[in-house]
Amino acid sequence: MIHSLFLINASGDIFLEKHWKSVVSRSVCDYFFEAQERASEAENVPPVIPTPHHYLLSVYRHKIFFVAVIQSEVPPLFVIEFLHRVVDTFQDYFGSTNVGDQLPTGQLSVVPWRRTGVKYTNNEAYFDVIEEIDAIIDKSGSTITAEIQGVIDAYVKLTGMPDLTLSFMNPRLLDDVSFHPCVRFKRWESERILSFIPPDGNFRLLSYHVSAQNLVAIPVYVKHNISFRDSSSLGRFEITMGPKQTMGKTVEGVMVTSQMPKSVLNMTLTPSQGTHVFDPVTKLLSWDVGKINPQKLPSLKGSVSLQAGTSKPDENPTINLQFKIQQLAISGLKVNRLDMYGEKYKPFKGIKYMTKAGKFQVRT
Amino acid sequence: MAASPAYGEEKGGSSSLGEPEYGHDPASGGIFSSDYKRHDDLKEMLDSNKDSLKLEAMKRIVAMIARGKNASDLFPAVVKNVACKNIEVKKLVYVYLVRYAEEQQDLALLSISTFQRGLKDPNQLIRASALRVLSSIRVPIIVPIMMLAIKEAASDMSPYVRKTAAHAIPKLYSLDSDQKDQLIEVIEKLLADKTTLVAGSVVMAFEEVCPERIDLIHKNYRKLCNLLIDVEEWGQVVIINMLTRYARTQFLSPNQNESLLEENTEKAFYGSEEEDAKDAKAEAAVLAKCKPYVMDPDHRLLLRNTKPLLQSRNAAVVMAVAQLYFHLAPKAEVGVIAKALVRLLRSHSEVQYVVLQNVATMSIKRRGMFEPYLKSFYIRSTDPTQIKILKLEVLTNLANETNISTILREFQTYIRSMDKDFVAATIQAIGRCATNIGKVRDTCLNGLVQLLSNRDELVVAESVVVIKKLLQMQPAQHSEIIKHMAKLTDNIQVPMARASILWLIGEYCEHVPKIAPDVLRKMAKSFTNEEDIVKLQVINLAAKLYLTNSKQSKLLTQYVLNLAKYDQNYDIRDRARFIRQLIVPTEKSGALNKYAKKLFLAQKPAPILESSFKDRDHFQLGSLSHLLNAKAVGYQELPDWPDEAPDPSVRNVEVPEWTKCTSREKRKEKVEKPFYSDSEGESGPTESADSEPESGSEENGSSSSSGSSSSGTEEEEEEEEEDSEEQSEDKEEEEEEEDIGTKKAKKKAPQGRKGRAETSSEEASTSESSSSVSDSGSEAEAKQRKPPSSKASSKEISLLDLDDFTPPPVQPIPSSSIISTSLVTDLEGLTLTDSSLTPTLLSPAFSAVKTYELLHRMAGEGLAVEYCFSRRPFPGDPHMVAIQIQISNNTDTEVKNLRVNEPKPLSGMRIQEFPEIEHLAPGDTATVLMGIDFCDSTQAANFQLCTHTRQFYVSIQPPVGELMAPVFMSENEFKKEQGKLMGMSEITEKLTLPEKCQSDHTIVQQLTSAANVGRVPCGASNEYRFAAKTVTSGSLVLITLERREGSMAQLTINSEKMVIGTMLVKDIIQALAQ
Repeated sequence: MIHSLFLINASGDIFLEKHWKSVVSRSVCDYFFEAQERASEAENVPPVIPTPHHYLLSVYRHKIFFVAVIQSEVPPLFVIEFLHRVVDTFQDYFGSTNVGDQLPTGQLSVVPWRRTGVKYTNNEAYFDVIEEIDAIIDKSGSTITAEIQGVIDAYVKLTGMPDLTLSFMNPRLLDDVSFHPCVRFKRWESERILSFIPPDGNFRLLSYHVSAQNLVAIPVYVKHNISFRDSSSLGRFEITMGPKQTMGKTVEGVMVTSQMPKSVLNMTLTPSQGTHVFDPVTKLLSWDVGKINPQKLPSLKGSVSLQAGTSKPDENPTINLQFKIQQLAISGLKVNRLDMYGEKYKPFKGIKYMTKAGKFQVRT
Repeated sequence: MAASPAYGEEKGGSSSLGEPEYGHDPASGGIFSSDYKRHDDLKEMLDSNKDSLKLEAMKRIVAMIARGKNASDLFPAVVKNVACKNIEVKKLVYVYLVRYAEEQQDLALLSISTFQRGLKDPNQLIRASALRVLSSIRVPIIVPIMMLAIKEAASDMSPYVRKTAAHAIPKLYSLDSDQKDQLIEVIEKLLADKTTLVAGSVVMAFEEVCPERIDLIHKNYRKLCNLLIDVEEWGQVVIINMLTRYARTQFLSPNQNESLLEENTEKAFYGSEEEDAKDAKAEAAVLAKCKPYVMDPDHRLLLRNTKPLLQSRNAAVVMAVAQLYFHLAPKAEVGVIAKALVRLLRSHSEVQYVVLQNVATMSIKRRGMFEPYLKSFYIRSTDPTQIKILKLEVLTNLANETNISTILREFQTYIRSMDKDFVAATIQAIGRCATNIGKVRDTCLNGLVQLLSNRDELVVAESVVVIKKLLQMQPAQHSEIIKHMAKLTDNIQVPMARASILWLIGEYCEHVPKIAPDVLRKMAKSFTNEEDIVKLQVINLAAKLYLTNSKQSKLLTQYVLNLAKYDQNYDIRDRARFIRQLIVPTEKSGALNKYAKKLFLAQKPAPILESSFKDRDHFQLGSLSHLLNAKAVGYQELPDWPDEAPDPSVRNVEVPEWTKCTSREKRKEKVEKPFYSDSEGESGPTESADSEPESGSEENGSSSSSGSSSSGTEEEEEEEEEDSEEQSEDKEEEEEEEDIGTKKAKKKAPQGRKGRAETSSEEASTSESSSSVSDSGSEAEAKQRKPPSSKASSKEISLLDLDDFTPPPVQPIPSSSIISTSLVTDLEGLTLTDSSLTPTLLSPAFSAVKTYELLHRMAGEGLAVEYCFSRRPFPGDPHMVAIQIQISNNTDTEVKNLRVNEPKPLSGMRIQEFPEIEHLAPGDTATVLMGIDFCDSTQAANFQLCTHTRQFYVSIQPPVGELMAPVFMSENEFKKEQGKLMGMSEITEKLTLPEKCQSDHTIVQQLTSAANVGRVPCGASNEYRFAAKTVTSGSLVLITLERREGSMAQLTINSEKMVIGTMLVKDIIQALAQ
């Protein structure tokens, strides 16, 4: 399947290579560099590049290209998914430093995803329910599309072979789910209960999508007035935002980014709070707002100077939002119980909720 | 094999900019560098007797290899350590060996004996790793040793070692393909293995070595299906892809009798061919003339066992199942994959890229499947361009008459994007929508024409190219547009666009007889400065004009041809010569000359704008070949369904002796512990022994036979073998059971089945988990419904889609001035002018669909009914106004038999009731469509809304603006018609436009929300024109709004229906005042 793997950094150096079958010369990467040049941006490099004798399949993460060399038919997602797992593993691994001095015993375990003989003095299991709102808001402020995607990330340090069940108050909310392989599918099908022997440490137990029937609460609104005038080389820029349906929680970690048209030379803006930066090279405006105080709504106002002599830009920039709301799962999903079987001790259990902006976009 | 080490080193050395920073590293540098001594250093460390030093040296060496440095000169020093006791050192030595053995074959042989010893080690992990390394050493001399080792490992007690044996097979095969026959034997043996650990790896070996030997799969088919859910993720992908191909050779297409099924569902459903003779019920099937389709239980088994894997976290697994369903499942069942695929769009952009390519292909064949997820394909400005373009492709494929207005509205936003490649792609997409959906062709065309005055030249050029294609479809109606485009030649510089305009004018010069020669005159002037493609089109235009209008253009043509004769480009010289001979009659020119007109002015077929993903599904979806749209090396064709199903009995399994012992061994070792669904798995017994809660849940669904399965219950299989004769008789019954069994499952306990032996697959099929029983139960129900109902259900789907249209409450923007008006006007045409289109449905941006209450929740005792005017022609009767009714059941009980009763229409009024809603579950909402012919009056239509218990008197009173449907007409037609409707038929009113209602956008929006009218293009910038026809009598209603100085305006309505005109004036003024 994967013949060779090359790791290429941001400056285009092949800094690591690994060959599983025969050695493929690294000159094969020249095809990749060509494609990279054509694409101009890293994210537009095609993930699959055919060359006369090989196929190059790549993923781009942490500013590194992981380029796999393939010689024959293989499902592209097989390779891409695998490469992403490799990256995940690297990420995990470089937290610790030692080369493992063990043989891969996991392969032989009763439960391949869990080591045997795990021991802790403090037995604890934490679950984070994290929901992201993906939305497109049109210029008049109405929602074009909004959906909620959630995950349950777990951090489990439990001795022995614990068998956990986790149930929800309102499992019907979950419209589409995908599981860590440890979850017993049948049990979910019949009872809507997550039953599993957890891996040791950090893992993603569940990803879900909240059914589209439920209206999605949009926690913030953005008022904007961005205009470029034909006659002068000046434009106006004004954003105000405020909380909308926040269920009484504070919206924090608010961050606004917006890609300005090329003809924008500079922006002279005054924020009512937080800090803002406009990069005249990339034309990217970012405003780190912080918390939204409903009594004093954050705003960013000022003027835009445009390149003289060019006509005003046709397009208005899109506003991208990030925010966080602690202790709230915006869909209303609630964990009912977490029980442990198979071990005698009493573990410490904790559940945390959080809502974040996913791909949250306001068109202007 | 591929690269000599020296070359690799050169490459590495020269291309690596990071070189200096490694300078301090003793291990860096290659054979050409001066630090040879440093390698000596490493050698010394390797020779020491301290493991820590050896380890350090090996780490550095492996790091060198990873950086692409040559470390081959260390081979002798390293290979000595192959026997090192330290497992860490050993592992690194193996890494080194695998990398360099090929280059130093003689020396590598020294290490072989170590591996041979390793193969006999009592520790299974050591045995496996010895085999792994041995098989990775690409030294032809050791082929016989490898073969022997693989054979032995294939019979190892440890499944882990057997798995490694399976991995070794493709390696040996690539080293020496002559070993194929022997390797197939090993594969055959390993395929029979019953552990999940081995299954994926051996199928992988099968795919690499002998994918054509489909016969090897027969006996293992059911087992693979049953093990699947417990196989590791990567193995699942390989197995699912292989089984897809297998199923295509062994089963019949589930969609072959589609039409028949629809006509004759019930019979086809029950009937099976063999039954005919005995079974009276089956007589009907004979009458059906055609052989009814019955799905092979094994086919069903595969579909059922792969379905839960759509929930996998692994994108490759989800994709594999999705392609399996796409290629193998009956049409009605394919839909389940859409949700899972849409989920993958949340993943990394590379995953999105691949998934979208596949969705693009699928959405052409099975559009309905993705329609509910339309919005998931909406494009964000932050998407990478390649993703944007793929999403655009999908959106275009999904466009149909129902959703086109929503899609076009999205496209408007896209046209304003800063990403110009994407804008160009959007314009092309609009062109495709226009070709595919006749009803919006004019709308799109108008929109594109407006884009011609866009500031961005690329946008204009792309529009010209697309307009050219669209005009070719119906040129006669569009001479206005052609004229407009003729003017553009003065400004547009993009060669492709200029060429397109010239071609258009030449082709349709008879529609623009005055302008065409003038264009030619201008082009003749600038000829020498044009690009080649433009020059060719100038010649073309000249030739066509010469043929149609030689009086005016003779001299010009001569002039152009003379210029072309001396052009630098010989294509152009050649063309000029060719054309001169063809069109200018001389003594020599002969016969062709007579036909010149036919040659040049022949009817040319309009280009078909179709998706580049069309028909890509002849490649197996999810494959590399599909993605590249070209056969990749080693791609296995997806076979066509056979006409006759091959003998299904080949999959019946005999029980070999050793099965028992492996299985017993397995139970003892508990190697297997499946965690997903297990009822079908061999894991039943192990599982229940291990985990209480699960076995409980398992049993409740699937009754006693669930535990029995291929390996778990050999006894039963043995029985089965004895009963094999009996079985063939039973076969018929089995088949019947497969069909109706799911339905009967609840009534008929499997134990009750005469205690006869069963094949494992059959058990699996009848003894499903509770959930899948209900699943297929409903499916069966669905199938049993008669064809009309299936049609109705498809209609229901499209109706439900209307929900998407119900726009979110529009918040009036306080600062409407920020809207870039130029673009809005550019784009209005896209949505606003079409007779059949429904402008109001289009967009909250332009107008909101107003919802009216028919029955309040309180008055209706929990039943809430709302309605809105869908503004689409009512299917079946063009004289009716379509009303979309949304009924929500807010009670705690099911509402039954919801219908319209006793309509009491006034004279002449007609009501087309909606089909009765049989059930409406609590909390559910149903949307239905009814039609009312209001006879062009605003009188209310009264009727009763009945449920099984209650009846409510309700009435619908239409606003006058809803009694009409938009008409598309040109400016000239409008003026002509207006001239006919003067005097009594004209109503004029002055009004003041409020401040909020000054922009073009708002005016158009307010007006179209007040009345269902279509916009008519207008030359004057201070005038707005709209046209409509009343629904019943088809009388024209023409609206003109003229802006005067300040905020003054004058509204004129021309219509012979004076009452309607008067009321409409009132409504519009009110709407504009808001």
